[in-house]
Amino acid sequence: MATTTLTKAEDRAEVEHAARIRHVSKSFSGPTGQQLVLDDITLDVAPGEFVTLLGASGCGKSTLLNLVAGLDRPTAGSIETPGGRPALMFQEHALFPWLTAGKNIELALRLRGVPKSDRRPEAERLLELVRLGGAYGKRVHELSGGMRQRVAMARALAQDSQLLLMDEPFAALDAITRDVLHDELTRIWRETNASVLFVTHNVREAVRLAQRVILLSSRPGRIAREWKVDIEQPRRIEDTAVAELSVEITEQLRGEIRRHGQH
Amino acid sequence: MASTETKADDLAGLEAGLDALDAVQVRRTPAREILLNKVLPPVIAVVLVVLVWQLLVWAKVTDDYKLPPPAAVWDSLTDMWVQGTLLEVIWTSVSRGLLGFVMAVAIGTPLGLLVARVKVVRAAIGPILSGLQSLPSVAWVAPAIIWLGLDDKTMYAVILLGAVPSVANGLVSGVDQVPPLYLRAGRTIGATGLRGTIHIVLPAALPGYLAGLKQGWAFSWRSLMAAEIIASSPDLGLGLGQLLENGRNNFDMPGIFLAILLILFVGIAIDLLIFSPLERRVLRSRGLLVKS
Repeated sequence: MATTTLTKAEDRAEVEHAARIRHVSKSFSGPTGQQLVLDDITLDVAPGEFVTLLGASGCGKSTLLNLVAGLDRPTAGSIETPGGRPALMFQEHALFPWLTAGKNIELALRLRGVPKSDRRPEAERLLELVRLGGAYGKRVHELSGGMRQRVAMARALAQDSQLLLMDEPFAALDAITRDVLHDELTRIWRETNASVLFVTHNVREAVRLAQRVILLSSRPGRIAREWKVDIEQPRRIEDTAVAELSVEITEQLRGEIRRHGQH
Repeated sequence: MASTETKADDLAGLEAGLDALDAVQVRRTPAREILLNKVLPPVIAVVLVVLVWQLLVWAKVTDDYKLPPPAAVWDSLTDMWVQGTLLEVIWTSVSRGLLGFVMAVAIGTPLGLLVARVKVVRAAIGPILSGLQSLPSVAWVAPAIIWLGLDDKTMYAVILLGAVPSVANGLVSGVDQVPPLYLRAGRTIGATGLRGTIHIVLPAALPGYLAGLKQGWAFSWRSLMAAEIIASSPDLGLGLGQLLENGRNNFDMPGIFLAILLILFVGIAIDLLIFSPLERRVLRSRGLLVKS
């Protein structure tokens, strides 16, 4: 097994939080006036912590992620990411089709200010990290869905950010590929010591991956409940402990959804 | 420890298997197939047209001076070749057309970028730019001759007025069609402002821009021919447009046919030799050229 160097975890400035979200609200102007999407969200992500945000549609989980990513501004409240601009992965791979897999990663390195001569070896190291050593010169359309998401993961890691935001990155993949990528993500998370804020509507996925699961209620999105997941890694999605906690969380999630049918 | 090692190997193996199963196979088309599917049909079509033409001549549907036989046109062609004027005439027009086109690209590209990216500019000149595309550039020949005189300046002015809107509009629609996801992905990796334009917007807009260039060339060539037919002067040298006009003045129908065919031929040749391969290359590298 090739050992990959950690992404300079030791060099990182000691910070108390990877993300500090304080009383954040967000409303959009809709057809019926101002629509409150997120209501008073307060949440911390500790350095190296893996948190999943779970919720039904309309809970504003993607909106929250966009706010943390700095792609949008909250209506009220504050968001701090002391570790610099967070990296963001989407449900779609969002790789640039005019660049090869390797060049996609190199673009992120270049925009981060990595000198030219270091870019190629670093891109190859990152591809190696997601086990795509031979894919440097491959075009995006020549890769399978799972491979594309791994390149996207490598590109996100190229930002060397302390916080990795993931917006349902595996939702469009088939079950086997998704399962494999869960293992990969867990491995990479431990190797890089990054913090992860992972959005999903898949309860088992949330439990399988996270140290902490946060359930959001819908319309407006509020923190409904949170669970600490003490199950030892490596976990499997079919583990009894994962299944049991999933049942409990699903029950709660159904309750949240049911409330919306009552008026 | 041993068990985690095996687990990691298992995972790597599983992943390699998935990659191998899912990887997209890219196949190169063999030359024989290209010849059979791409080259042969148009050749057959041309042969058929010439055949029908010859049949009409044989059937004497009209007088010979109105519809010359293909052989007479061929004779005009070989005459010009023997006199050594053929390539000279073609080159006069092609060099003018290409130089005018390059100038149109140099002006149309920044203009298009400005219209695409600056709201006020778009509101101000966007509609005019689209409108200009539907104005036949032959309309500009008369004022251009009066303003600039009977020389090359007139030619280039008419080419520019015909081609700049196409190039600019191509870039504008290319930029408009950039998927918002690329812009968001770009912003998260730090491509904002000018860096976003250079690294994300322009490469993403390339297919639309190329379509604009292709159309820009067609407009350049058409405008130039219109200008050459109308504005003839000894100072301008003999181009394909003048060749056509000379044919009309001398009542030389084979000469007129030859000029029309040459104009058509050059337009197609430039497209086939420059723009189509360029466009195909860009689309193929992005996986946008789907083989049916």
